[in-house]
Amino acid sequence: MRLKRSTAENYLFILPAVIIFAIFYIYPFYATFNLGLRAWDGVSPVSQLVGLRNFKEVLFQDRLWWPSMWHATYITLIALTLQNALALALALACDRQIKLGNFYRLIFFIPPVLSEVVVGLVWKWIYNGDYGLLNYWLTNIGLGHLARSWLSNPQTALTCVAVIHSWKGFGWGFIILLAGLQTIPRQLYEAARVDGANSWQRFWHVTIPLMVPVFVLVSILTILGSMQAFVLILTMTGGSPALGCSVPVTRILGSMRASLRFGYACAQGIIFGLILLALSFMQIRISKKMKQA
Amino acid sequence: MKRTGIFSMLLISLIVSLAGCGRTETKKADVVIWHWMTDRKKAFNELAKRYQAESGRQVEFKLFAPSEIYSQKVRAATQAGTLPDIYGILGEKKDFAIFVKAGHVLNLNTEMSDNIHEWRNKFFSKALIVNEFEPNNEFGAPAGIYGVPIDVTNIQMLYNKDLFKKAGLDPESPPQTFSEFITAGKKLKKAGTQGLVSGWAETWMIDCLASNFAFNIMGEKKVMRTYAGEVPYTDPDWIRVFSLFKEMADSGVLASGIVSMNNKDAEQNFANGRAAFAFNGSWCVNVYKGMNPDLNYAAMFVPRVSDEYPMLIWGGAGSSFMVNARSENKEKAVEFLKWLTDEKQQAYLAQDTNNLPANKYSLTNISPLLSQFAQTMENTTHPNIWPRHEKSVVIEAFDIGIQSIILGTKTPEEVAREVQEVKEREMAK
Repeated sequence: MRLKRSTAENYLFILPAVIIFAIFYIYPFYATFNLGLRAWDGVSPVSQLVGLRNFKEVLFQDRLWWPSMWHATYITLIALTLQNALALALALACDRQIKLGNFYRLIFFIPPVLSEVVVGLVWKWIYNGDYGLLNYWLTNIGLGHLARSWLSNPQTALTCVAVIHSWKGFGWGFIILLAGLQTIPRQLYEAARVDGANSWQRFWHVTIPLMVPVFVLVSILTILGSMQAFVLILTMTGGSPALGCSVPVTRILGSMRASLRFGYACAQGIIFGLILLALSFMQIRISKKMKQA
Repeated sequence: MKRTGIFSMLLISLIVSLAGCGRTETKKADVVIWHWMTDRKKAFNELAKRYQAESGRQVEFKLFAPSEIYSQKVRAATQAGTLPDIYGILGEKKDFAIFVKAGHVLNLNTEMSDNIHEWRNKFFSKALIVNEFEPNNEFGAPAGIYGVPIDVTNIQMLYNKDLFKKAGLDPESPPQTFSEFITAGKKLKKAGTQGLVSGWAETWMIDCLASNFAFNIMGEKKVMRTYAGEVPYTDPDWIRVFSLFKEMADSGVLASGIVSMNNKDAEQNFANGRAAFAFNGSWCVNVYKGMNPDLNYAAMFVPRVSDEYPMLIWGGAGSSFMVNARSENKEKAVEFLKWLTDEKQQAYLAQDTNNLPANKYSLTNISPLLSQFAQTMENTTHPNIWPRHEKSVVIEAFDIGIQSIILGTKTPEEVAREVQEVKEREMAK
């Protein structure tokens, strides 16, 4: 009887959390999925049940959906490599006892705390083909032939956006990687040094294996953050030129705002969410295997 | 006992928090109006003061900007049942029809017809028609007048007189035909001046110019037959429309980066003398005045491509207000809108905000530039008054296709084929 009462009390204690989770997570997910099965314009009091038609259209008929997925993947690949390599290099540098270490930590964390809209507008100006700073600098150092309308050129626009996304995001990776590096016991490095390991061997055999969980965390955060990037894209290009910078989130917004297909937008959202979920699970599995190896 | 106490506190805080999610908006004014027009904020507030002084009724204008956010707020309010007494609907006629069919907009037919159409007759006919649904319309909306225009607008070209002079062009005789326009663009380019700027990242402005050309080349009937699926986009006339954009891109008359330019950037470029031509709406008079009061420019009609059919530009009601059919204050709201669209108030709005008034008797004392826009009101058309409408997916493929032509990544023929494919797929649904 006492056990039963204790169990009931425990359930009562988690009840507020369960209610909040149900209201703010489970119900919205259910409502989104339910809307994905319907044709609805966002205003009418009634919606029409269309079954899986919206999902089928997103997956097999929407000629702009998969290119937008590729654009997001491209931004993510740049972020995973360029952004995280930069973050790791700077974290390794700051992990050592260097002069002004705290100052650098502060400086490296400035881009992530800036507003994405402000960053987008500033870089849009820098990239401007007519009066942008980048073209001005290129011309001044004798590389005028490289000057162009960076954000209007389909060959450069997406890369420009991806680079700025990486620049803005590397600070998060830097902080997490630095925190990870500082948890590695210094004795391990001392022991490796005593055993005759050089810097590279210490990095490869001590740092890398112990940092795997941190790399996984940073990679998952990078993938989730980069695949869902859209504020920078909206500010810098609006998805142009010719949808060359469109990403799934801008497509979802377009379905809602331009086409008034709320049900279709929900189906796009569900599919996109499932893709991200699958990617995260895959990454966790890979990291577990790596740790076992 | 202690644990039960903690739990009770948690439960109470949860209930209090959730209670906070309910409606909190309290209405104090007699009439509440939502709008998105940042440039008219001061003028609206002044008019609200004047109305209170005259009628004793308090009107509150609530501004929500930018327009995309405003649109989302209005849509959310339809679901939450918190629409104000008066509001505006942004979007195409099909969006408007959705609100009408859902019962969110009051039919003003009776009010407009009272006293031998006294109220109705004050407006430019093209301003009112945008707010009207004919019997048996394609949207299935009940027939009636559902909106009150507060200004009219049209979209045409502007040119910078000083840059014209600098390039050796006559500032008093802007190009009238497409070939003259291309020639002028080449001269301007030679003089180191950018040609045409417009917000073509916001694709609807591309759609606007393309449909101007389409009406001029093939006439309204053929355009409507295309929308009905009877004429393919691979028709030579449509390929001609697409080719005009290639011609503009190849000749250098388009400013660099035009396809990723939003209209605000385009307006800044033109106002600061960085481009000789702009394709923009009559609202630009106020915008340019704010950005550069000394800008020496004039309006010009969109250069015609053919003499076979008239060149029609987009125009009609600029901004309109709708009365919430479920509002308890709808009679007061209608009274206020009647007052707002009276000659005196319309003239004040036109002078203060440099927008064309919807009341045709308020045109006195408007600026010469606005007069230029007003003179072309008879040559306007608008998708909202067309008997047929293209599907949004096809419009997107059309506009993005034109961007690709300008960028040189696709030919007019390729774009025509792609648009037709999308059209056929949509028709098959």
